[in-house]
Amino acid sequence: MKEFDPGEAPSSIVSITDRVKPLPLGAAVGSVHFLGDRAFFVGAEESVAIATADGEITRTETHFGAILCAVSDGKRLVTGGDDGKLIAIDAKGETSVIATDAKRRWIDNVALHSDGTLAWSAGKTAFVRNPKGEEKTFEVPSTVGGLAFAPKGLRLAIAHYGGVTLWFPNMAANPEFLEWAGSHLAVSFSPDNKFLVTAMHEAAMHGWRLADNRHMRMSGYPGRVRSMSWSVGGKGLATSGADTVIVWPFTSKDGPMGKEPAMLAPMPARVAVVACHPKNDIMAVGYADGTVLIVRLEDGAEILVRRNTGAAVSALGWNAKGTLLAFGTEDGDAGILEM
Amino acid sequence: MAEASQKIPVTVLTGYLGAGKTTLLNRILSENHGKKYAVIVNEFGEIGIDNDLIIGADEEVFEMNNGCVCCTVRGDLVRIMDGLMKRKGKFDAIIVETTGLADPAPVAQTFFVDEDVQKNARLDAVVTVADAKWLSDRLKDAPEAKNQIAFADVIVLNKTDLVSKPELAEVEARIRGINPYAKLHRTERCQVGLTDVLERGAFDLDRILEIEPDFLEAGDDHDHDHDHHHHDHDHHHHHDHDHGHGGLKHYHDEDMQSLSLRSEKPLDPTKFMPWLQNLVATEGQKILRSKGILAFTGDDDRYVFQGVHMMLEGDHQRKWKDGEKRESRVVFIGRELPEQAIRDGFEQCITT
Repeated sequence: MKEFDPGEAPSSIVSITDRVKPLPLGAAVGSVHFLGDRAFFVGAEESVAIATADGEITRTETHFGAILCAVSDGKRLVTGGDDGKLIAIDAKGETSVIATDAKRRWIDNVALHSDGTLAWSAGKTAFVRNPKGEEKTFEVPSTVGGLAFAPKGLRLAIAHYGGVTLWFPNMAANPEFLEWAGSHLAVSFSPDNKFLVTAMHEAAMHGWRLADNRHMRMSGYPGRVRSMSWSVGGKGLATSGADTVIVWPFTSKDGPMGKEPAMLAPMPARVAVVACHPKNDIMAVGYADGTVLIVRLEDGAEILVRRNTGAAVSALGWNAKGTLLAFGTEDGDAGILEM
Repeated sequence: MAEASQKIPVTVLTGYLGAGKTTLLNRILSENHGKKYAVIVNEFGEIGIDNDLIIGADEEVFEMNNGCVCCTVRGDLVRIMDGLMKRKGKFDAIIVETTGLADPAPVAQTFFVDEDVQKNARLDAVVTVADAKWLSDRLKDAPEAKNQIAFADVIVLNKTDLVSKPELAEVEARIRGINPYAKLHRTERCQVGLTDVLERGAFDLDRILEIEPDFLEAGDDHDHDHDHHHHDHDHHHHHDHDHGHGGLKHYHDEDMQSLSLRSEKPLDPTKFMPWLQNLVATEGQKILRSKGILAFTGDDDRYVFQGVHMMLEGDHQRKWKDGEKRESRVVFIGRELPEQAIRDGFEQCITT
């Protein structure tokens, strides 16, 4: 048998790999966030590397240990660590400690509200602190798997084993409980506030239509969904976990109920991270073999940003204007692309 | 994909309340072995050693959504393993301490069910610390204690200085009535060689060499083992040892027992594998552990498998050696095992 050589990437794929500014960070990347036009690469441990589009890198020490979660609203970045600390980093790279867990428990999750209210969790306890510094706590029956603020009002979704609790920190009303068997991890509201979805410990997503709490089962993944991203306007929810990007349609009032998801950008490797563009119907997709693509949601047309080298892609992020894309990998490689 | 050897070994440390788990843990952490352990404990503060890799856990047992009732995992462990993997390279091994009343199965199953956990870590062994003075009583009134003995790969029979020789023989016989296969070490204040409890590879298919009750082979290698790394040891193993074989009492535990099957004729793989899978699917709740070395018809390779409740893993291990007896051995440890049905089913798999 003759040797089959797939050669370079198929010629049908447009490649812009040569336009990527390489950023050899040398330490595993957990996530990446833009504050202004600088990319903040949150390391798996200890530090945040800040890079400009020109490739200049500075480093800020944050946690004494692993960085377990990070969130950004474009103005500041907030990280939680296994040192029990919650740390904020501003656009200049200045750090400040927001909270320290009294028992030095891990800070597992963090979420930011558009009014500046912050939520985090340690074990079974969810904390909320408003911009005035007033703090409230809420205990759920098992360890918090994920946190998300609703886009309207002050309502916090707390994912845990057996479902999601919806807590209104400023109201005396009892929290609402959305039940579904299994362990719920990441949680997210649709941008129109009509749906709530969770990524489960099993290889499945679950969702609720908030008007009537109707269930939406989104299953069939070969692996756990670790990354999800709403496309511009909340039309679709792009998810990792399969060897194609699974995009669930959310355009109708029923959400994805009774509909097939779109399966885009198939590759011989699992999708590890997805990040939808903030303005256009395109998304960045990172794979377990190190490939990074930009994919058009409408027809799945692909542009190659990074070849399949090294470890899995672990972070993707766009700046607010959508002119810069940053990626990072598990083996400490990173890059920034000007569109 | 990480090779087995690159995966971080995980030791599960169980034992009924007061047996001496914390003593053993403190010994492991304070001994000068040049290794760094991440330790997942159920209660903070009991460990007297400063280590930023000591993590408090909540023992949250989650059912998997796959309709299998015994398929439970430790949800907190999945999360902790995720976080610990961010610090890969900062530690050599992981020890998971369970509460005294815990069932070891969900901990073990976490390492088989969860894809991400499995990618980075491998279960090394379940080590059960037992109190020589009180274990016999607990085996009567505490099902958790019985579970922990049945599940163990290594049993550290502690506080032997608090019992007489006949009492010790009694408690050992009771342990063997439940689990004759675990390595048993008699200790005072958990003075056991660390290599006897760590890096055992008890779940490693490549290390399933033979399946024999521990006390049949214990003699030599048992005591050697201790000598070279037990400098501060009073060698109480030695004088206790010989009468063990002759005067061993035999107990049959009413509800927890082991079942050993053997065939000198090869097995038919087209019959054996479906039978085994069906057996664990239907009786998996009763079967705590299973293990086997198999000689299949027309196959020059040894096939090995091991399982926890309904979860099985197996593989071809190596060629049968020249002169090696091509014999199949299967062992089940469990609760109220349907012995006759299992024996009959096994017989049906023998190639005639």
